[in-house]
Amino acid sequence: MSRLIPEEEYGKKPAGAFRQWMSGIRDPYLGNVEVKARAGQDENEELLKEHQEEVVSVIRKVHDVANNSQYILFRKFYKAAALICCLTLTVMLLVTVAYLPPVGSADNPAHNEVAAKYIEDGLQDTGAVNIVTGMILDYRAFDTFGESNVLFIATCTVLILMRNDKKKGKGSAEEEEHRDSFYEPKADKILQTAALILVPFIILFGIYVILNGHLSPGGGFSGGAIIGAGLILYLNAFGFEKTERFFTAKTYKWVSFSALSFYCIAKSYSFYTGAHHLESGIPLGTAGNILSSGLILPLNICVGLVVACTMYAFFALFRKGGF
Amino acid sequence: MDFIQNVPFFSIMISMFSGIVSSILSEKWAKRLNTAVILAVGVMSGALLIWLCRTGCGSYIFMMGHFPAPWGNEIRAGVLEAGMAMFFSIVMLLSMTGGRKKLFDEVEYSKHNIYYILVDMMLSSLLALIYTNDLFTAYVFVEINTIAACGLIMIRQNGRTIEAAVRYMIMSLLGSGLLLMGICMLYDLTGHLLMSNIQQAMADIMANGTYRIPMLVTVGIMTIGLAIKSALFPCHAWLPDAYGYATVSSAAMLSSLVSKGYIFLLIKIFYRVIGLDIIYSSHIIGILFIFGLCGMLFGSFSAIGEKDIRRMIAFSSVAQIGYIYMGFGLGTQEGMVASVYHILVHAATKSLLFISAIGLTEVSGGSRSFFALNGSGYRNRIAGVGFAVGSLSMVGIPSFSGFVSKLLFAKAAIINPTWKMFPTVIVLAISTILNAIYFLKTVIRIYTPESALVEEEKGYYGIRWNQQRLYTVTIILFVILNLILGMNSQPVIHLIETGLANFA
Repeated sequence: MSRLIPEEEYGKKPAGAFRQWMSGIRDPYLGNVEVKARAGQDENEELLKEHQEEVVSVIRKVHDVANNSQYILFRKFYKAAALICCLTLTVMLLVTVAYLPPVGSADNPAHNEVAAKYIEDGLQDTGAVNIVTGMILDYRAFDTFGESNVLFIATCTVLILMRNDKKKGKGSAEEEEHRDSFYEPKADKILQTAALILVPFIILFGIYVILNGHLSPGGGFSGGAIIGAGLILYLNAFGFEKTERFFTAKTYKWVSFSALSFYCIAKSYSFYTGAHHLESGIPLGTAGNILSSGLILPLNICVGLVVACTMYAFFALFRKGGF
Repeated sequence: MDFIQNVPFFSIMISMFSGIVSSILSEKWAKRLNTAVILAVGVMSGALLIWLCRTGCGSYIFMMGHFPAPWGNEIRAGVLEAGMAMFFSIVMLLSMTGGRKKLFDEVEYSKHNIYYILVDMMLSSLLALIYTNDLFTAYVFVEINTIAACGLIMIRQNGRTIEAAVRYMIMSLLGSGLLLMGICMLYDLTGHLLMSNIQQAMADIMANGTYRIPMLVTVGIMTIGLAIKSALFPCHAWLPDAYGYATVSSAAMLSSLVSKGYIFLLIKIFYRVIGLDIIYSSHIIGILFIFGLCGMLFGSFSAIGEKDIRRMIAFSSVAQIGYIYMGFGLGTQEGMVASVYHILVHAATKSLLFISAIGLTEVSGGSRSFFALNGSGYRNRIAGVGFAVGSLSMVGIPSFSGFVSKLLFAKAAIINPTWKMFPTVIVLAISTILNAIYFLKTVIRIYTPESALVEEEKGYYGIRWNQQRLYTVTIILFVILNLILGMNSQPVIHLIETGLANFA
């Protein structure tokens, strides 16, 4: 191909760079994205050999699976028993399903006054256009409070398992994070650009889902999960240095504390007034407005905050053992 | 409505709120808050119990929110519920104080406040299981209870506890899954989640004969789910590790409270959801009876073969859970009373045994082996006394609590003679002897003096009561609780009878 400029100069122009990339002459990743090879282990052959022999002898002595007749018998029995149990349970449940009321039939027992009232009076009672939200955050708010506490306590147990309280030195959280993300590409341009474009929209959409929980499908749980996903994407693209500017363990602690305590106190007030047949004094507003349906909107926000923080905390804990 | 009727609602809410608040408190304040909340719940439930007895109103319904029952949530309180709540908080408080020193040794200090969060949440879920009148609420709190129990097991971090927690989680989730499936099918068949409404629909179904088969399966899988979660005999494989290796407060609470919460829920399901007539005429009760009997024997056999003292106590739990299910299996009012009484006895005694065993192993160089315990009853006198009282009670020596429940079981079997009478009485006798074998041999061993030479060589040391004041007070209170249950059983039995009568 005849060209006016020399090959070297042409390679610097975008069109040339693209052509070179297409024909495989050039890899733009090379040298730009930090991928480091695994550091070489001690190449001491004797040590390696000794170690291998040790492993083999342990396997031979302890897990002599092939010749341990008791173990083999147990494995066989175990497999057979597991198979029988599972099959029995499966067959039993399948047979039971055949006897259950047919799906969609109008005279099923489940179509009774409970569902009817939710549908007929739901809007009037709770002020929420979305009946499901009205049910979970007003009619049966006690269950939902329990459910958000399930999330809270699940984070606590993950904290026990994963939080690394060692600040410095070997085995500390910093070191673990370093080791964990050592072999991963950092500062990936594609991911960063995509995240930069997507994250604002994801978080905005999450906020929309939460705020419109009482008007349209969605609510605290789903909106919170969307926001959490956005935060995780951002963390993956930019690393902990960026996210720790606005989200640390302290932020998590205070956000989930304030959301859950608001939920607890607000609902306690509502339960108390309800049980004593008092007016709660919380206006329901005009149905269909953003500011309507009494406590449901703030409760949705609380649930959303808890869920978003929990999602992010899980990811950060698995990644680094703290955040 | 009297102000005191708010007690169930208040106790559930403050225990939950304290869990939430503990997440921002320091370890020290979380501990204080935890103690204060358990005390407050105990005192309030006691007041409610007294009020209920005095006014003679059987039970009442408390609306959780502005909407009445089938639409909103509600809780229901009666004599038995209030009594259970009070008893559970007493046992929980004593378990916490008794294991406090060990908690510092075994759990990272920076994670202590998480421990208190878990305990607060555990308390709230137990209270909710006790008071709830709605099956779905029950399921939500079963979930909290399961996760909290896993956390309590693995907060002492070593390989064995992690393995125990994983096992516990798998078995427990299987139980929860079956329970949830049962609740779903029950909703499909009856269209209700509220216990009293389901019972009505259930009676109609049984009378009409429609859906009888799925109903039987539903009842069966719910019962089996809860039986797995409370470690009934063939499904007890998770138990010894979970109770044997967790930190001692956790072990005491898991054995005496968590499994009992599920059993209490099962009683509630029998009475309020299924109805006694239906459950007593089904074969499910017979299956529970047989597995209960097997548990009584095999739990004791495993305990006899065990060389690790804490695992031995854990295996004894399998036997005691067997007693409780055997009582259900008798299918009579007396059997049920005996079972409920045994719940109390086992909760009070098993936590005492765990707490005192830890005192004995501590002065034996930390070795949990049965053979290292020689003379430890002299080195740590109060722990020795506690262990002896607990053992005598489990064996069933008169004037200790275990005697009364065994007497009640035997009486319940003989009063209504059916084919179940002979197996019950015979297995009860065998099981008592087996109990005596492994508990009394331990008691004899801890009171066999070790020669001073060996003690010096192994570096054993004695602990006096003023070096462990909190521990001593805990053991004394446990012993008193045991003696109250053993020597003053009539009022308690009367309470259980009236409570169960109001239950349906």
